[in-house]
Amino acid sequence: MSRSTAIDGQNTVEHIRFSNQREQAESKSVLGFWIYLMTDCVLFASLFAVYAVLHKNVADGPSGPQIFSLPYILVETLVLLTSSFTSGLAMLAAHRGNVTKVLTWFSVTALLGASFLAMELTEFGKLVHEGHSWTQSGFLSSYFTLVGTHGLHITVGLLWIILLLAQVTRKGLNTSTMKRLTLFSIFWHFLDLIWIFIFTVVYLSSGVNL
Amino acid sequence: VIANMMSNILGKLSWQALPHDAITIGGASSIVIIALVFFAYLVYTKRLRWLYKEWLTSLDPKKIGVMYIAIALIMLLRGIGDVLLIRTQQATSVGVHHGILDANHFQQIFSAHGTIMIFFVAMGLMFGLINLILPLQIGARDVAFPFLNAISFWLFAMGMVLINLSLIVGEFSAAGWLSYPPLSELAYSPGVGVDYWIWALQIAGVGSLLSGVNFLTTIFTMRCPGMKLMRMPMFVWSVMGSMILVVFAFPILTVTLLLLSLDRTMGMHFFTATQGGNPMMYVNLIWAWGHPEVYILILPAFGVFSEIVATFSRKRLFGYTSMVVAIMAITVLSFVVWLHHFFTMGAGANVNGFFGIMTMIIAIPTGVKLFNWIFTMYRGRIDFKSPMLWFLGFAVLFTIGGMAGVLLAVPPIDFQLHNSLFLVAHFHMMIISGVLFGYFAGLSYWFPKIFGFTLNERLGRYAFWCWTSGFVLAFTPLYILGLMGATRRLDHYDSSLGWQPLFAVAGIGALLVTAGIGFQVLQFIVSILQRRDNAAAMADPWNGRTLEWSTASPVPVYNFAVIPVVTDRDAFWDMKKAPVADVSDYAAIELPKNSPYGMFVGLFAFIFGFGVIWHIWLLLPLGLLGVIGTLIVRSMDDETEYSISAKEVQRLEKLAPKRVLRKHYA
Repeated sequence: MSRSTAIDGQNTVEHIRFSNQREQAESKSVLGFWIYLMTDCVLFASLFAVYAVLHKNVADGPSGPQIFSLPYILVETLVLLTSSFTSGLAMLAAHRGNVTKVLTWFSVTALLGASFLAMELTEFGKLVHEGHSWTQSGFLSSYFTLVGTHGLHITVGLLWIILLLAQVTRKGLNTSTMKRLTLFSIFWHFLDLIWIFIFTVVYLSSGVNL
Repeated sequence: VIANMMSNILGKLSWQALPHDAITIGGASSIVIIALVFFAYLVYTKRLRWLYKEWLTSLDPKKIGVMYIAIALIMLLRGIGDVLLIRTQQATSVGVHHGILDANHFQQIFSAHGTIMIFFVAMGLMFGLINLILPLQIGARDVAFPFLNAISFWLFAMGMVLINLSLIVGEFSAAGWLSYPPLSELAYSPGVGVDYWIWALQIAGVGSLLSGVNFLTTIFTMRCPGMKLMRMPMFVWSVMGSMILVVFAFPILTVTLLLLSLDRTMGMHFFTATQGGNPMMYVNLIWAWGHPEVYILILPAFGVFSEIVATFSRKRLFGYTSMVVAIMAITVLSFVVWLHHFFTMGAGANVNGFFGIMTMIIAIPTGVKLFNWIFTMYRGRIDFKSPMLWFLGFAVLFTIGGMAGVLLAVPPIDFQLHNSLFLVAHFHMMIISGVLFGYFAGLSYWFPKIFGFTLNERLGRYAFWCWTSGFVLAFTPLYILGLMGATRRLDHYDSSLGWQPLFAVAGIGALLVTAGIGFQVLQFIVSILQRRDNAAAMADPWNGRTLEWSTASPVPVYNFAVIPVVTDRDAFWDMKKAPVADVSDYAAIELPKNSPYGMFVGLFAFIFGFGVIWHIWLLLPLGLLGVIGTLIVRSMDDETEYSISAKEVQRLEKLAPKRVLRKHYA
C-alpha cells in the first residue's frame, strides 16, 4: 500500500536525494541498534556469569532442582518461541505491504509475549509465596535478577509493540514505521535467543548435576 | 498516621540530612552561592532564554561538547578542592595532632575525589572533545543520533548534579571510589552515601554507554566520501578503540551497580558476606569494567597527541599503520588484565602469572606509540607551542609512571606494594600525565577551532610548568612513602614513622598544581578579554593537517557547506598544497531542530535516582514513567529537522571567507 505511494510519488532529483538520505538514516539506525544489542548481550553475559558463580550458594534456601518445574518452563518457552515465529510472519507481511496481516500477526506476538510474562510472574509469585524470595540466598538473588531482567526486557518490548501497532494503524506502513518494526523484530528475536540460554543454563542444567 | 504518611513522602529524608560541620557547610554553601550568583547573573543580563534556546536544548554536537567541557572544568575545581583537604589532612594528622578532618569525613572526601575526577572530569573532557572534533575530522555534519547524544549529555549532567547534591543533602560514600563490598553493603554503610555513589554513576554511566553506541555508529556510517578506514585521522581511530571498549565494558558497570543497589535496597545477597553472597565477585566485575575504563580514557588522549605531534612537527605521523595496530592491540588486551588490580585475592600462581604477563605485554603497543611520536618529531620542524609542551611533559612522566606499572605487574612485587601509596603514585602518574595532559593539550589545540581565537600562550606555559613541577613534587614522595610501607587512604599516622616531611612535600606539590589550575582559569579569562587580538584570522592557526581545519573557525552550524571528498590521509594538508578556483554550487542542508526532551529524560532519571537514594518510593514511578513518556512523545514527532536553503548557505559562506579553494569538494 504505502510502497506503491512511495513509487507513485514525484520522481524528481529532490525526491531521489531525499530517499537516499532516508536510506542512509535507516542503515544508521539498524547498525546503531545492533551495536546497542551487543551492549545488551554483554549485560546478560554479566548476569549469566553472576548466576554461574552463585548458583550453588543456596545458604539455607532451596536449590534449583527443588523449585523448578521443567514442564511448566517448557510451555513458557514454547509460548515465547511461537511469538518470535509470529513476529517473523508479521515482518514478511510488512515487506509485502499488507497492513492487516502486520497488525494481526504483531497482535498475536504481543498476546503471546504477555502470556509468557504472566507465566513468569506466576512462577515468581509462587516462589515468593512459598517463602523463597530473592532475600533468601545468593542463588535466589541471581536467579530472580537474571530471569527478571529478561522479563523486564519483554515488558519493554510489549510496550513498544503496542505503541507501534497504534502508529501503524494511524499512519500505515511508511519508511519511519517500517524502520521501527524492523528494529522491534530484531529486538524480539534477540530476547528469544537470550531466553534459550536462560532455559538451558538455569532450568535444563539444574536437572544435571554439574 | 501522619508520621506514616510523611515517611511515605519523604523516605529517609529529614533536616538531619543538611550539613552540620564547618567544612561541609562551607562546601555546600559555596556550591549554593555560586549557583545562585550564576542564576542571578543570567536573570540580570536577561540570558535565561538564550541559555535555554541556544544551549540547553541544542542538539548540535559542537554545543553539547562545550557543555561537557564546561562541566568537566568546574568539576576539576571541586576535585582539586578535595585534593587540598586530603593533602592538608595527611600533612598535619600526625601523632597527637589529628588534622582538620575526622576519619569518616576524610573517607568521604577521597571517595568523592576519585569518583569526580574519573567520571566527571576525565570522562567529561573526553566526550566533550569527541563531540567537538570527531564529526569535523570525518567530514560529517553531525553525529549518527543527535537526540541520543543530547540524552547522553543530560544523563552525564544529572549524574554530576546528584554527586554534588550529596554534599548538600545527606552524605557521600565513605567506601572508596569503587565502593568495595562488604564495606559498601548496608550492614557497614547504612547511610545514603553509597546510594548517592551508585546512582550518580549509574545515570552518568548509561549516558556514556549510549554515547559509545552513538559515536561508533557515527564513525562507521558517516565518514565523507573517500575516507576509508586507513585514511582516518589518528584521533578518530583512537576514539573508535575507546568506544569499542565503552560498548563492551560499560554494560558490566551497569550490572555491577545494579546488583549492589539490589543488595542495599531489596535485601538481595550478591556481594554480602552472608547468605551465599560473594564480595570478590564484585571486585572482579568492577575491574572487568574498570580496567578497560582506564583505556577508554587514555586512548583518545593518545589520539590527541598523535594529531598534535604531527601538526607541530610539520610532518606526517610516523608509522600510521603500526599506530592503528597498537591502538587495536591495546583495545583487545585491556580486557585480559583486570585481575592485576587484585593479585592478592589468592587466585593462585598460574592465574596471577597469566594476568601479570598480559599486563606487561600491554606496555609493548604503548611503547610503539611513544616511539612513533618520537620518530615523528625526528627531523621535524618542531614548534614548541603549549599543546606540544603538554605532549613532551606527558612523554617523560607517562614513561616513568608506566615503568612503575610494569613493576606492579609482577605479582610478588605487587604483594608488597598492594594498597600502598606507591600504587597511588603510579595511577595518578598515568591518569594525570596521560589523560589529563592529553585533554589539556587538545583543549588548547582545538580551542581556536571552537571559539575562533587562540588561548594566551604565555599563561598556558605558566600553567604547564606549574602543573608538571607540582606533579613531580606531589607524587615522587608518594612512591617513596609507598616503599616505606605507607598504605593509601591514611587519615592518621604515628610521628615515629618519620613520614611527615614527605607528606609535607607532597602538599607543596599539590599547591603548585593548584597554582597551575589558577593559571588556566586566568588563561581563559585573559584570552576571552583579548579575543580580538588573538582572533584566529585564518581558520587554521596551527597549519593543521586534518579536515577540521578546512572549515571556518568558529565552525558554522552545518560544519561543511559542501561535504569534502578525501583522497589520502592528512586530507587538508593535500588540499592546501593544491588550491584551485572556488565553486559555489551549494545545496540545502538538513539539520536537527533543537529539542528539550533530552533534558527532560535527564531530569526524570535524576528524580528516579533521588527516589532510590532516599527511599522515596513515590518518585520511582514518576521518574520511570517520565522517561518512557518523554521518549514516546518524542517518537511521535516527525518534524525533527529543519532545512538551511542553498542561498542561506552561500550567504553564510561569504561571511566567513576561506583560503581553501574547493576543487576537492564534491
